Amino acid sequence: MATAAPSLPLRPTSSAAPPFRVLPGFNLTLGYTLGYLSLIVLIPLAAVFLKTAELTLAEFWNVVTAPRVVASYKLSFGMSLLAAAINAVFGLMLAWALVRYSFPGKKLIDALVDLPFALPTAVAGISLTALYARNGWLGQFLEPLGIQVAFKPLGVLVALVFIGLPFVVRTVQPILEDLDTELEEAATSLGAQRWQTFRHVILPIVFPALLTGFALAFARAVGEYGSVIFIAGNIPMVSEITPLMIITKLEQYDYTGATAIATVMLILSFTLLLVINGLQAWTASVPKPRTGRDR
Amino acid sequence: MAGATTLRLGAAADFGQTRFEARAATRETPLVKWLILGTALTFFAVFLLMPLIAVFVEALRKGWETYATALIDPDALSALRLTLLAAAIALPLNLVFGVAAAWAIAKFEFRGKHFLITLIDLPFSVSPVIAGLIYVLVFGAQGWFGQWLSEHDIKIIFAVPGIVLATVFVTFPFIARELIPLMQAQGKEEEEAAVVLGANGLQTFWYVTLPNIKWGLLYGVILTNARAMGEFGAVSVVSGHIRGQTNTLPLHVEILYNEYQFAAAFAVASLLALLALVTLGIKTWIEHRAAAAYRHSQDDAS
Repeated sequence: MATAAPSLPLRPTSSAAPPFRVLPGFNLTLGYTLGYLSLIVLIPLAAVFLKTAELTLAEFWNVVTAPRVVASYKLSFGMSLLAAAINAVFGLMLAWALVRYSFPGKKLIDALVDLPFALPTAVAGISLTALYARNGWLGQFLEPLGIQVAFKPLGVLVALVFIGLPFVVRTVQPILEDLDTELEEAATSLGAQRWQTFRHVILPIVFPALLTGFALAFARAVGEYGSVIFIAGNIPMVSEITPLMIITKLEQYDYTGATAIATVMLILSFTLLLVINGLQAWTASVPKPRTGRDR
Repeated sequence: MAGATTLRLGAAADFGQTRFEARAATRETPLVKWLILGTALTFFAVFLLMPLIAVFVEALRKGWETYATALIDPDALSALRLTLLAAAIALPLNLVFGVAAAWAIAKFEFRGKHFLITLIDLPFSVSPVIAGLIYVLVFGAQGWFGQWLSEHDIKIIFAVPGIVLATVFVTFPFIARELIPLMQAQGKEEEEAAVVLGANGLQTFWYVTLPNIKWGLLYGVILTNARAMGEFGAVSVVSGHIRGQTNTLPLHVEILYNEYQFAAAFAVASLLALLALVTLGIKTWIEHRAAAAYRHSQDDAS
């Protein structure tokens, strides 16, 4: 484009001419989309990076590697990974049960799996705290065993398992539903044990979706705030999550400090978003072996 | 990020027994089956069912009178009004955006489309706390427009506009993410036919597109509404927690809880839990209707 001759083109080139569109409204809707997106999301998000840029690299490094902040990364990332892993195992089992077995109350349970999406996080937070407190329904049995959940790092884990569960179930479930039963029949007729069939036939098909669900649950857990702060106890160096560190800095009017930590979290979130997009493309591209007689 | 909340068309009906359990090759031994089922249901009961039931039990622990008192408390009512207001503003804004974005992305080809979809997804991957922080950086006292706003006596942060903005941000992608795949799958032949036959843009959308996307649209609206009324982290950052003025219902729950008024906190929380249950009910109903409509259209086609 930059090297185009200044002479008048004799005929419009295909790249220069706007493509002919039958449907109206392209410029209006795309313009509105970009404008609204910029105003609500992009420009305010850019503020985080611009504010951080006011710090020198050394100052930035000091803020984001302060011992209390590093302890919060360890807790947030460690517990989020663990929670996503727990959800991957039990979420797969739950999705399997919902797709393959018939049992009373199945439809109700299927609908309630989305509860963590619909239940406000603050409600989940106080409810989980009540359950796992010393005199709570579950806490009273765990306490004598020496297991303390509420106001301990374990409480963070419980809250993160709660909010992450639907991500795994809802990504794995459709793949299990679409699974062709004839693949398993073929495996069985070739002499495979049930476990071998699962391990070598079913799991490879489900795996990309399972990994996507894991990543979605992890991404959600790292940023989660409402359900965690009630049950965590928020003890410095022990049970403070990274989003709470941002709040703490804000309450001390340390805006640059809060923003520096937010920058670290945003970079991680954007990386995860790219990874998840890649995983979803992989899930969609995994060939679903069909054996002719589709349902 | 939204993958887990998207309405699936043609979702399999209850084939469980006939498809899998009837044949030896696709079922487990009874022992393994009951082990999986037992583990899955125990996990469900402990992590999802018990927290839900606990909300209502704790709310009624001190009797109906305490429960009712907590709900008709003036601060609770003002929190309810603000919650409804924030949702009532965020919902139409994101509805118009969702429809516009889906129309541009699904009906036209242009460069950078995938990148645009990723950008629309951004609010899902940002921590709610950061969602609040960004508006503090823009409109707060030390923010970009802080000086100008205070000179003109306009309050956004620690006031209602900030709460509305944070709510708009966290619910930003829901409707767009619901409509984009749906409208992409439906193609544009029907709309093109309408335009060729002389319909204008609005008529085409109203009479051709809207009937095709109504279930997806409703689905997105329900999810947006639930999130808008329940958002805690983002709203907490911009609210300032001024009782009776900048408190939403979830923030009111927090204040009551931190003041050790547990029964009252759970009473207000039970209202939000009820909203969640109604949301899930409507959501399930939409899934059934959408699946039925999809099967109907498949029958017509064959």
